[in-house]
Amino acid sequence: MPLSAPLRVGFDYTRSLGPVLGHFMTELRARRVVGVRGSDGRVHVPPVEYDPVTAAPLSEFVEVAAEGTVVTWSWMPKPLAGQPFDRPFAWAMVRLDGADTPLLHAVDVADPSAMSIGMRVRIRWAADPIGGITDIACFEPATNPLPTTYPQFAEPSTTPTRPSPQPAGADRLARGRPPGEGGGRAGDVTMVTTPIHLDVVHSVSPEESKYLRALAHGKLLGQRCPKCHKVYIPPRGACPVDGVPTTDEVELPDVGTVTTFCVVNVPFLGQRIKPPYVAAYVLLDGADIAFLHLVLGCAADEVRMGMRVRAVWKPAEDWGTTLENIDHFAPTGEPDAPYETYEGHL
Amino acid sequence: MKQPAAVLGVGQTHHRAKRLDVSMAGLCREAIDRAMADANVDWDGIDAVVVGKAPDLFEGVMMPELFLADALGAVGKPLLRVHTAGSVGGSTANVAVSLIHSGVHRRVLAVAFEKQSESNAMWALSIAPPFSMPVGAGAGGYFAPHVRSYIRRSGAPEHIGSLVAVKDRHNGARNPYAHLRQPDITLESVRASTMLWDPIRYDETCPSSDGACAIVLGDSSAAHRDSAWIQATAMRTEPTTFAGRDQVNPRAGREAAHALWREAGITDPLQEIDAAEIYVPFSWFEPMWLENLGFAAVGQGWKLTESGATAMDGQLPVNASGGVLSSNPIGASGMLRFAEAALQVMGRAGDHQVDGVRRALGHAYGGGSQYFSMWVVGSEKP
Ligand SMILES: [Zn+2]
Repeated sequence: MPLSAPLRVGFDYTRSLGPVLGHFMTELRARRVVGVRGSDGRVHVPPVEYDPVTAAPLSEFVEVAAEGTVVTWSWMPKPLAGQPFDRPFAWAMVRLDGADTPLLHAVDVADPSAMSIGMRVRIRWAADPIGGITDIACFEPATNPLPTTYPQFAEPSTTPTRPSPQPAGADRLARGRPPGEGGGRAGDVTMVTTPIHLDVVHSVSPEESKYLRALAHGKLLGQRCPKCHKVYIPPRGACPVDGVPTTDEVELPDVGTVTTFCVVNVPFLGQRIKPPYVAAYVLLDGADIAFLHLVLGCAADEVRMGMRVRAVWKPAEDWGTTLENIDHFAPTGEPDAPYETYEGHL
Repeated sequence: MKQPAAVLGVGQTHHRAKRLDVSMAGLCREAIDRAMADANVDWDGIDAVVVGKAPDLFEGVMMPELFLADALGAVGKPLLRVHTAGSVGGSTANVAVSLIHSGVHRRVLAVAFEKQSESNAMWALSIAPPFSMPVGAGAGGYFAPHVRSYIRRSGAPEHIGSLVAVKDRHNGARNPYAHLRQPDITLESVRASTMLWDPIRYDETCPSSDGACAIVLGDSSAAHRDSAWIQATAMRTEPTTFAGRDQVNPRAGREAAHALWREAGITDPLQEIDAAEIYVPFSWFEPMWLENLGFAAVGQGWKLTESGATAMDGQLPVNASGGVLSSNPIGASGMLRFAEAALQVMGRAGDHQVDGVRRALGHAYGGGSQYFSMWVVGSEKP
């Protein structure tokens, strides 16, 4: 069985909104929905920055109702993390009154029998709007009378003055405002944060699995290409030059030569080794390709191209199926390898 | 028969660390609107759109071509996405050229962008998969060992990298679109800057930029009197690692250059190219690529740099625009090299115009020096 392990990658990406989506989000924060009128007269909700017909920048904002009609829908029986509800709900395309295009959002109903095409729904606003699409907490069936004057929900005194339509596209260029930080008027929503997380299962090849299982026993296992006779560690399963399967296994010693290296002095997000550290290509004796590892055991400025190094293993009880079983490489004290022995590996 | 292709117009954004005033769509349109104005063409005149952007984790957007279709004016037209890591801007331009060469389209819009401020490229390039040793440290961490190998192989003196940084930043100070404009930078100040990935110093690295670039390409019937003609294009690829791989002077780059010069009818590039825009994100890559491209013999590139031949008033001005060292919106950086080469030929480079440019090189590379794309543009129709 090939080895596999979870790989989680996530980042809180930011999105500069620009003048159109920025205004949309600013209005959402005030519990109002605005669309933008296109060249053909259609009102797009959510607004689009450029006209789908003419590609011209759009700037004529139109307020639409907080109530509308379900155009189509589907049922979410088992919600995923990060979705609007942790109980079953409907996804629906809702065309708000006054809009010509539908908006995708959740409808809070207990059962799919409560959903139908053409049903009337209205916005349930989030308690604390921040200027994001989640300010619309969800839609709900519009069966009860509205609690306040339609279509406005918000107290006028708490909402900012409506900005006039902002120039966009060529107008922005022509105005000659220096580009850069900021944008929008003070207090407007100009950016949203969109956390994106990927949870994947990372599987390795049968050949690499064998190499990793050998590492768990403190052994370094490579493979030789039957055609060019080059020894690869980790093994690839096929020679990248000749394209033929690599079947001959070769056990390699844990001693080798530093071909080249750099000293990492820069800290960065997600870094797992504290800088400064030496990231070096180590060419094991008998191998034809070097791999990156850490060199410790001497001052960073004493590391040299050609330096002979030996693996320093973690305690055997800590070993797993990973190259991290080798804590680092340390100088052997032997004379440096002659340049000619590794110059073909640079 | 291959139809001749020409650059009708180019446009770029003001590149900055953070362009918080625009969305990704607005960023692209700033470059596109300038390119279309430069080409004197409206949307009806654009037959197809080609878009490029660097790796997905950089913005957390997997398919920008989906949500940007309106903004790129691609509705009702063919829209292609190109993806070759850092070289993508160059590859995108070359794919657009091929659509003209094929005779399928009369005018094609190529656009490339990156909004680095929406993420963290250093993080995105340092993710260690399970079972591996987490020593990776971004692009600088990847390339620094190979720069060390170049220094060892060529015997180049240590100050060459700093010389390139000073030259390119001085050039960038003459380019109103450049992100870094540092007229006062000196050899001493570069050499005194922090060593980030020894042997690469802070001032010898590119900035992290938001920006976009666009090029309008056309066939003979669409070309103007002062268009820049595509005299040759080339792209080559190789694996990131294999036994015996030459990381300093990659084979894919050498072979792409060889094919490029042959197609352009150039036998001595140093004599026949009047200006070059070469993808140099870390200053040492100027001498490395001078050798890889055949402007200098192996091991001799640093001598060309040291002699001043690559300065604005030298025999082969390299990166008169300030290059990647002055602006690095990664996905757009390759297209900026191609566009700046065209600007030199069209005589529209403003304060960083090199006198009398008849032929210029645009060059880009990406991944672990494994994707190469390049073009030669000239004032004469091929
Ligand atoms: Zn082989």
